[in-house]
Amino acid sequence: MNARIDLSLSRREFLKSAGALVVSAAAPAFVDEALAQGAAVTAKPALVPTELDSWIAVLPNGSVQAFFGKMDMGQSLDVAIAQIVADELDVAVDCVAILMGDTATSCNQGGASGSTGIWMGARPLRNAAAEARRVLVEAASQRLGVPAERLTVAEGVVSVLDDPAKKVSYAELVGGKYFNAQLDWNKQVGNQMDVKGQAKPKSPSEYQVVGKPIPRRDVAGKVYGTSDFVTDIRLPRMLHARMIRPQKAACSIAKVDAASIKSIKSARVIRDDDFLAVVAEHEWDAVRAAEMLKVEWKEDKPNPFPGADKLHEHIRAAPVLKREEPVKKGDLDAAFKTAARVVEAEYEWPLQSHASMGPACALADVKAGEAIIWSGSQKPHFARDGVAKLIGLPPEKVRCIWVYGPGSYGRNDAGDAVLDAAHLSKVTGRPVRVQGMRRDGTAWDPKGPALVHRARAALDASGKVIGYEFVVKGFSRINITTNESDPRDSLAGMSLGLPLKPEIGLGTPAETYGFDAKLLAWEVIPPLLDRCSPLRTAHLRDPVGPEIHFGAEQFIDELAAAVGEDPVAFRLKYITAPRDAAVVKGAAERAGWETRAAPRRERSDGVARGRGIAYAQRNGTIVAVVAEIEVDRSTGRIWGRKFTVAHDCGLIINPQGLRYTIEGNLVQGLSRTLFEEVRFDRSAVTSVDWASYPILEMQDAPESIEVVLINHPEIAPTGAGEPTIRCVPAAVANAFFDATGVRLRRAPLSPERVKAALANA
Amino acid sequence: MATVKFIVDGKPASVNADPNMPLLYALRNDLKLNNPHFGCGLAQCGACTVQLDGEPVRSCVLPVSAAQGKRITTIKGLGTPDKPHPLQQAYVEEQVPQCGYCVNGWIMTAAAFLKKNPQATDAQVREALAGLKCRCGTHVAILRAIKRAQTMMT
Repeated sequence: MNARIDLSLSRREFLKSAGALVVSAAAPAFVDEALAQGAAVTAKPALVPTELDSWIAVLPNGSVQAFFGKMDMGQSLDVAIAQIVADELDVAVDCVAILMGDTATSCNQGGASGSTGIWMGARPLRNAAAEARRVLVEAASQRLGVPAERLTVAEGVVSVLDDPAKKVSYAELVGGKYFNAQLDWNKQVGNQMDVKGQAKPKSPSEYQVVGKPIPRRDVAGKVYGTSDFVTDIRLPRMLHARMIRPQKAACSIAKVDAASIKSIKSARVIRDDDFLAVVAEHEWDAVRAAEMLKVEWKEDKPNPFPGADKLHEHIRAAPVLKREEPVKKGDLDAAFKTAARVVEAEYEWPLQSHASMGPACALADVKAGEAIIWSGSQKPHFARDGVAKLIGLPPEKVRCIWVYGPGSYGRNDAGDAVLDAAHLSKVTGRPVRVQGMRRDGTAWDPKGPALVHRARAALDASGKVIGYEFVVKGFSRINITTNESDPRDSLAGMSLGLPLKPEIGLGTPAETYGFDAKLLAWEVIPPLLDRCSPLRTAHLRDPVGPEIHFGAEQFIDELAAAVGEDPVAFRLKYITAPRDAAVVKGAAERAGWETRAAPRRERSDGVARGRGIAYAQRNGTIVAVVAEIEVDRSTGRIWGRKFTVAHDCGLIINPQGLRYTIEGNLVQGLSRTLFEEVRFDRSAVTSVDWASYPILEMQDAPESIEVVLINHPEIAPTGAGEPTIRCVPAAVANAFFDATGVRLRRAPLSPERVKAALANA
Repeated sequence: MATVKFIVDGKPASVNADPNMPLLYALRNDLKLNNPHFGCGLAQCGACTVQLDGEPVRSCVLPVSAAQGKRITTIKGLGTPDKPHPLQQAYVEEQVPQCGYCVNGWIMTAAAFLKKNPQATDAQVREALAGLKCRCGTHVAILRAIKRAQTMMT
């Protein structure tokens, strides 16, 4: 393979030559490219965080490769990283290629995770690039016989300040060679990984490319049909596989009738305990065999589920496995005892599916002593570790290559597919491509947890909030943990009988309301079914953010209404952080917020109109969203017509990428607010496709989304991939209250619930 | 098994397959065309959309036998970076897709619709695109791109 600077091109090349594909467990693209450019490549230093060569390389032609242990998911993260590296190195941004998510070329920076791509992921790249520049300037100083202080760098060329004819390029200094320079590593693996050299990175005032709206690199390939997804990879001799999951949950296999697929010549059954799949030479044969295969299932635990309509009743009554009180201040008991008035409310959020655009796909080629896997999982390094454990190889003998998957918003079905593929390849001795059917992506992905929130507030005679309590109760957000580094967190591991390792975690609202007495707490209940559950819970974009703030930011609105104050003014009265206040004001001003002490109930021709606001923090980022909605009182349809977002994530790297990231995040949030709820009966998930798990379609897309970007160059950048979504549900529900005077405390805000709420009002 | 012949992106193609096999598998596996994607296999999302004699069809449910003698256009045949369809150009300029897995549905459906209705209103465009899915929530950008393409086409 003749790799190119552009990773997507190099993928194309290798796909085209797939018939003679040879990929080894360690084939860094740098080596291929340097060889192609005629360099004599020496032994590469080990791929460890302490080597500068693990992060930055300069090719013979002077272009730069940066090796990133996180990945872009279509939100221009790679471009942002290129901008940061280009500024530190003083090279043109177009010369910087970002190689992402390949365990053979990058250190484990945690993959895509928690909107940390820039916030945490850029740190070591920035420091490494700064150190590379220092090392190169030092080398130039030697070469030119001029002290480093008298040198300057532009476009990858080091020249003498008062004698610009005296110069040497990065390519001449190190092109095609290794730096062999060391960095200090903070000994962390994953998101927290950081390295530092002797160089001090630049200050924001020196940035040339950071802050510019540089276009994305992946768009053309996607639009002209020339770039590939993980689903598009073909390996010589590969088998196609489909997993067989039971129609009902809590079933084990009683009998498999292998003869039932005898008419499909190339198809065969692979069974190992309760791990069941069909494989075939042709994909269509595998699909047909999966449909035809007769399996007798044994019900180990009849009716394990309460049914979707009784879910919240179940959550209220369920025992608490663990309770935590992350915020507890003041004398809450006294506040409620002396209160002139107490306001109380409960809010309910359903189980939701990742329902990625396509069901997950993964490929594995397990050979004696080594394995290569291709995955769309957000965590290729952790997937490598999980595969290594499952098939019994040391992790360094497994290479995981991340390739764009069909959407990724957390721990979705991709984390299961990768282990399924590895096990199947090991058992069959052939390369295996496994892909799900729609049902696998909707009914069998790990779910975002369902929750019930209990909120109450104590008000004194003047209407001041003197006590505030918000308790989140429901399923763990990490029953299946955030990555697949342990096979026990996968359907493959669980169906092979590995012991379970459920983890417990939830969350509380993220705000700065300065109430004198305040309690924010969470309570986790047991999972509905502990093994191979289609309702197992895990991270879904902005884990428990939209869920919790649907309640918390509605309740603040309820308090404002209870004391007859404007929702924006009420928030500003209690918000204690100046940046938060600026964001709330920014959204309100841009939206042309009209002060109101009570719902306006504006309506004409059976359509009610309203505006609502919600605000929240997320790990240093602050967002406020104003929703303007229309409610058709006869059909119950809510249209989120216009949204205004104010967003402060510190220093902005790429305003264009940031704007589109916010837009998509908002619309996905609107979909989850209005439409999405996983349905299930006593024994099975009945949301199995787009008809039974509807999401937002074009008719319901907003007319406009205004985005106010608040830039703080003096504050290190924080995340943007998730914060906006947590404000959307409450902003819409608060707008509904403004339009109708009625509260919707149960999501999704479906037409049926709207009609019922209006009829009961 | 049956031999089915058709034209794909201007080139003649022949597939020997189960006549009931959906066209998508013929395009992807027999002809190694990667651009149409499997999203649902139920004609509910559009990720597999190609044009059959100029009309958008969901290749995940259309039997390959139904393509006999027809002219199939995939997104790759719709236009190229050198000679883009206005929608493709607008998509690039508006930086529309995120994960990008859904683009076949939107572009191939919108291209056929705009050909007949170049002056379509926003409401007509929204209606014409009913049934298509985008999980990343790029809908507002899609509408912007369609507006931009409309100005290029008229």
